Amino acid sequence: MSRIGSVWPFETPMTDAAVLPRPRAATSTASTSRVLPVLTVLATLMWVWYAAAAWLNAPQVIERVLSDQPGWGLAELLPLTWSMQRPVLPAPHQIVLDMWRSIVDWPLDSPRSLLFHTGVTAASTLLGFVMGTLLGLVLSVLIVHSRTLDRSLFPWIIASQTVPVLAIAPIVIVALGSMGLTGVFPKSVIAMYLCFFPVTVAMVKGLRSPGVMELELMHTYAASAGHTFWKLRVPASLPFLFPSLRVGIAAALVGAIVAELPTGAQAGLGARLLTGSYYGNTVQIWSALVMAALLGLALTGAVAWAEKALMPGGRK
Amino acid sequence: MKPVETGVNLRPVVEVAEMSVKFAGEPPVIALDRVSLDIAEGEFISLIGPSGCGKTTLLRVIADLEQASSGRVMVNGMSSHDARLARAYGYVFQAPALFPWRTVLANVTLPLEVQGVPREQARETARMQLERVGLKGFESKYPWQLSGGMQQRVSIARALGFEPKLLMMDEPFGALDEITRDRLNEQLLRLWEREKRTVIFVTHSIPEAVFLSSRIVVMSPRPGRIVELIESRLPADRRLDIRETPEFIDVAHRVRLALRDAHD
Amino acid sequence: MNALPVGMALAGHPGRWAFFALLLALVVLAVVSLRRLSALDPKRWQVRFATPLLFGAWVLLFWELLTQGFDVPKVLLPAPTVVWVSLLQGAPTLQADFVQTVLHSVLIGLTLGSGLGFVVGVLIDRSPFLQRGLLPVAALASTVPLVGVAPIMVMWFGFDWHSKAAVVVVVTFFPMLVNTLAGLASTGTMERDLMRSYGAGYWRTLFSLRIPVALPFVFNALKINSTLALIGAIVAEFFGSPVSGLGFRISTEAARLNMGLVWAAIVVAAVAGSLLYAALEWVERRSTFWHPSIRVG
Repeated sequence: MSRIGSVWPFETPMTDAAVLPRPRAATSTASTSRVLPVLTVLATLMWVWYAAAAWLNAPQVIERVLSDQPGWGLAELLPLTWSMQRPVLPAPHQIVLDMWRSIVDWPLDSPRSLLFHTGVTAASTLLGFVMGTLLGLVLSVLIVHSRTLDRSLFPWIIASQTVPVLAIAPIVIVALGSMGLTGVFPKSVIAMYLCFFPVTVAMVKGLRSPGVMELELMHTYAASAGHTFWKLRVPASLPFLFPSLRVGIAAALVGAIVAELPTGAQAGLGARLLTGSYYGNTVQIWSALVMAALLGLALTGAVAWAEKALMPGGRK
Repeated sequence: MKPVETGVNLRPVVEVAEMSVKFAGEPPVIALDRVSLDIAEGEFISLIGPSGCGKTTLLRVIADLEQASSGRVMVNGMSSHDARLARAYGYVFQAPALFPWRTVLANVTLPLEVQGVPREQARETARMQLERVGLKGFESKYPWQLSGGMQQRVSIARALGFEPKLLMMDEPFGALDEITRDRLNEQLLRLWEREKRTVIFVTHSIPEAVFLSSRIVVMSPRPGRIVELIESRLPADRRLDIRETPEFIDVAHRVRLALRDAHD
Repeated sequence: MNALPVGMALAGHPGRWAFFALLLALVVLAVVSLRRLSALDPKRWQVRFATPLLFGAWVLLFWELLTQGFDVPKVLLPAPTVVWVSLLQGAPTLQADFVQTVLHSVLIGLTLGSGLGFVVGVLIDRSPFLQRGLLPVAALASTVPLVGVAPIMVMWFGFDWHSKAAVVVVVTFFPMLVNTLAGLASTGTMERDLMRSYGAGYWRTLFSLRIPVALPFVFNALKINSTLALIGAIVAEFFGSPVSGLGFRISTEAARLNMGLVWAAIVVAAVAGSLLYAALEWVERRSTFWHPSIRVG
């Protein structure tokens, strides 16, 4: 994949005058050239958000508050649109404030604390992720070493990526619930089966990635299947495994959140989203959403960090 | 060293005056160092030199695919930029660079489409060019169905499509096997004899340069300079077996010496 | 449809041991037949399709036998025949759900979201600055559970399929944007120089060269998006959709313990997902016939 942004400058006029060589970019300017565009985009996003919030909330403000106050102007309107109780679109600072209050004001085990719900969702995500990864690893090893499984089971695993597997979530909750299993376990089962598909497919691809030449080399060493597996296939599969782990943990998080919906809003970020929408508490919905986004970032970041730690040479 | 004028058209087709190309770096990389060269109409010029001597850079600057840092380049009396927009030349790359989603015919009509030539006329011209390079009957094939040599012939047909007076070729036969290469060399020479276009040809093969050219430009390794200009007095209508004659070997020897001297 | 008395495998039933013997024989037969079939030459496409299909058939058979034989409660796992009956009986309802979810939410949202992602990709292609700014944001978006915007969309667009389509738009936008940019950047320098040597301008080069080269990437994103869209629409309906829809059907019937219909709805969703993917594959093959990964020549 070539560099993005390497578009040829199409209309560069030829000049007679000497074109001085470009000054060599020092490392500090190189990193600002990466950070500055992102900051610009985010800053623009903030501006647009505030403007949109003002615009979307204005009708309600005008109708409720200002209609009995003659002679109001923008100076009165704007602050009101950004501090409504049930806004159509909350302003960023409202969300941050709500998140702060729900984290700080309540103890960690209180169902009013956002961190409590985050912890619940994170627990099922992580448990499901671990189970799904293990299942995926075991299954991929079996598939690579058994032709029967490869030809009969693996096509189904590939095909299942086109199917909305998440739709089974309510069934799993109800079925496990009828067996008396509630709480974290059914949710992590759902997270598990969402995560194991990408891991299995990627690991099969990775375990099979060594070329004919490398396999024949091991053959000339009279290496057993076990040797070939541990010394060749496993290291070769790592560059395939880690990206799939990142996909897997993001999928596990979606699974954990969705799993909280059918049980009728008890605990977790999904439940919080649901209660917020039932009671029309817009700011709560947004705080839960932002928290879920942060959780996703943290989890994916953790996997990326693990990748760096375990593969110091970097990916090929 | 002042080149010989052909006398037919006194104004050179290509004039390069004290042209340099520098790239930023510590210290700056000088790809071409004050190169001067005049190319008259109808000449077949080969640029030859070791890797990194700037011969491709020189060609690309003339084609306005790269910018010079200083100096002047004129093509047909215009700046190279204007010459490109006026479609004054055809360019053949090292690889065929055909578009795999277009048939052979559609690939050859591509530059004509860009120029706005009407569709039927473009296709007629394309068929003619394909016949010229010996590929009649392959119009509706796709590039990946052809061999490497045939693909390169298609790209030559494409470059000739709008009948440019100037043809620039950057090691076009480098990736081919020797037998195909010989055949294409001969075909190219026949084409040049018939039509008397001006050709600038980059190569690192001495026999190829001597076989094809009327004049050979020897360049030094980086920083690229023109070390010597060698006229080839070989007869214009050459066949491949001229490569065994003493005159040929003599010219090739001179080129080899010039290259070795440049290297020291 | 039941040839087998329910609960045959349970204690006290007279035919118990015959049932177990039958099961054992079938297991042996299944394993042997699968091993034999897998050993055949996979180059022939009939063999490639027959093996997983046979596997699937055996799974269905054992599913039926075990659920009926052990009288597994329907809440846990209904037998395939039960699911089939629910499918036939619930056909009108499921058809309405299909129209609501797949035809409205998924197809419209997928088209809009992918189209928007493509257009934005082409627009910011000219600005490396904007690309450097937006790509990290897009990468971030892929780690975030975007289906969570469903309640917000319901608030803005109401309970009907419009809010679900809006969720699909959000979910499919980023993968298409990233892939469009990657595809546009993947043009070779030689080909770009070629167009430049023809004096071709930006838009000419875009349409004649860079967009065809980007098509394999665009289709890659479309296929990913088709799955994401279906999941997005169904999950968005889990959040509340008092009208109709496959997700609505699944969650409400599951709450009523009407598992036959739930599984039937899932079958409909699964078939819809596979068909959509297969349709996209077919279009991909026709329009990127020239790509090395697709052509045979």
